Amino acid sequence: MRTSTTAPTPAGHAAITARGLNLWYGDFQALHDVDLDIRQGLVTSMIGPSGCGKSTFLRSCNRINERLDYVRTTGTIQVLGHDIYAPEASRIQVRRHVGMVFQRPNPLPLSIRDNVLFGTRLHGTGRRSRRDEDELVEDALRQVLLWDRVKDRLSRKATSLSLEEQQKLCIARLLPTKPSVLLMDEPCSALDPEATSAVEELIWELRGRYSILIVTHNMAQARRASDECVFMLMGKVIEHAATEQMFVSPARRETADYIEGRFG
Amino acid sequence: MTDLTFSPSRTEQRALTNQRLLRLGFLAVTLLLLIPAGAILAVLVIEGAPGMTWEFLTEMPRDGGAAGGIATALVGTVWLTATALAVALPLGVAAAIYLSEYARDNWLTRTINIAIVNLAGVPSIVHALFGVGAFVYFMQFGKSILAAGCTLAVMTLPVVIVSTRESLQAVPHSFREACWNMGATRWQTIWRIVLPNSGSGILTGLILCVCRAVGETAPIMFTGAVFLRQVFPNGLFDKSMALSLHLFNVSTQVTDVPREIPFAVALTLILVVLSMNGVAIYFRMKLRGRKKW
Repeated sequence: MRTSTTAPTPAGHAAITARGLNLWYGDFQALHDVDLDIRQGLVTSMIGPSGCGKSTFLRSCNRINERLDYVRTTGTIQVLGHDIYAPEASRIQVRRHVGMVFQRPNPLPLSIRDNVLFGTRLHGTGRRSRRDEDELVEDALRQVLLWDRVKDRLSRKATSLSLEEQQKLCIARLLPTKPSVLLMDEPCSALDPEATSAVEELIWELRGRYSILIVTHNMAQARRASDECVFMLMGKVIEHAATEQMFVSPARRETADYIEGRFG
Repeated sequence: MTDLTFSPSRTEQRALTNQRLLRLGFLAVTLLLLIPAGAILAVLVIEGAPGMTWEFLTEMPRDGGAAGGIATALVGTVWLTATALAVALPLGVAAAIYLSEYARDNWLTRTINIAIVNLAGVPSIVHALFGVGAFVYFMQFGKSILAAGCTLAVMTLPVVIVSTRESLQAVPHSFREACWNMGATRWQTIWRIVLPNSGSGILTGLILCVCRAVGETAPIMFTGAVFLRQVFPNGLFDKSMALSLHLFNVSTQVTDVPREIPFAVALTLILVVLSMNGVAIYFRMKLRGRKKW
């Protein structure tokens, strides 16, 4: 049974393609036959009430769910046309190409510089020269609009930054390993309104270079900061459409009810 | 509205009086606990200080300890403790890493945890007999520093494991998540983030281990410590004296020991332990001050 109304995909590969994805936590089925095509280079938001499976879907896209040994998954997820659950696919490579940003900024207890370089040092073959590293750091921090603010204190602890800066740093540290997809699990819900709009601006800035999938509870955020929107309910994709269209004229009754705040 | 008053009611006054009395009572009990600690230290210093001379610390014991110094006992204790540490620390930290970072919650893990708790509760004389059977005879270490050190290590392992595991668990889970999501393996996560941030806890376990190893008598008395020796140990398979056993001997086994000698030995023993504790506290404060998240 196909419950999604899939938006048309442009030629070439979608960033993320899920087909027949089912996921169980023990006996509880959290995802039911999810078919989704997340388009490349766009910002796609996922909305839905708590427990609807949006975070679970997100966490399936970099196989971090497998940390829990009672999770069982069937179906496929492709990232840029490559099956990430294929037997020969390595979780480590998947996570390198599909980065995740969390609700609470979680910089590592290292310097700002070491946070940015952490990923490349994990995967790096051989040592990089100091200058190469400097370039990586500057490039990543420039991309997240943080360079001018922190360039003079790169050796300071990342935990000394403000929450907004921490969250930007958490995005920046994903970039040196050249990911194609960025997953964000309510990236602004621990931030105040001003920081929220700064991070939203950044997400919009990164659009195009990366395919971004954001889970959010904030309907206004989904509306103003995404190209496409996915509405999920009870583990199923109810509707997937251009954001503008979904908020103006939702195709499904449940979507309309949720957007208008009749439940959730 | 006019009869509104904020003065305490009678029940409230009674509760307040009770409160003060209880506070005083608890304070008194706590102070009571300080008495033995203070008294022990005071008696040792007063009685032992005359015997604490440079010669006492550096000369060989003579006449079964009734004369001379404690040089071989002091050095022997260092040997035994270092051996115990060298065995217990790697084993304990490895076990703690397994339990905290790798183990899943299943019957095996639960069994291991029960075993650790039970190991911590085994009386030291039982450890001593285990050490005789396992290390002296079965492993054929003979009565030696190695056998005694291993016995001490087995005895202190639970302390090392529990304190290390706790300090590993104190590292926030979000750091691990961040690492895993960047494609770090479990070991990379442990090596780069978890261990560097749990140093102070591991250090505490280590010092607790040292303090116990320094003070224990029973586990070493059948496994490697001897009554009297006038040469320094010559390797791990040598026997040696130890401060704790020497204290037992000069206070109960040897006759005509000058009064200040046992006190001076005890004072030395306690100073060794206290200074180790001091070092631990210093490092912990230093590491804690650095930690901020």
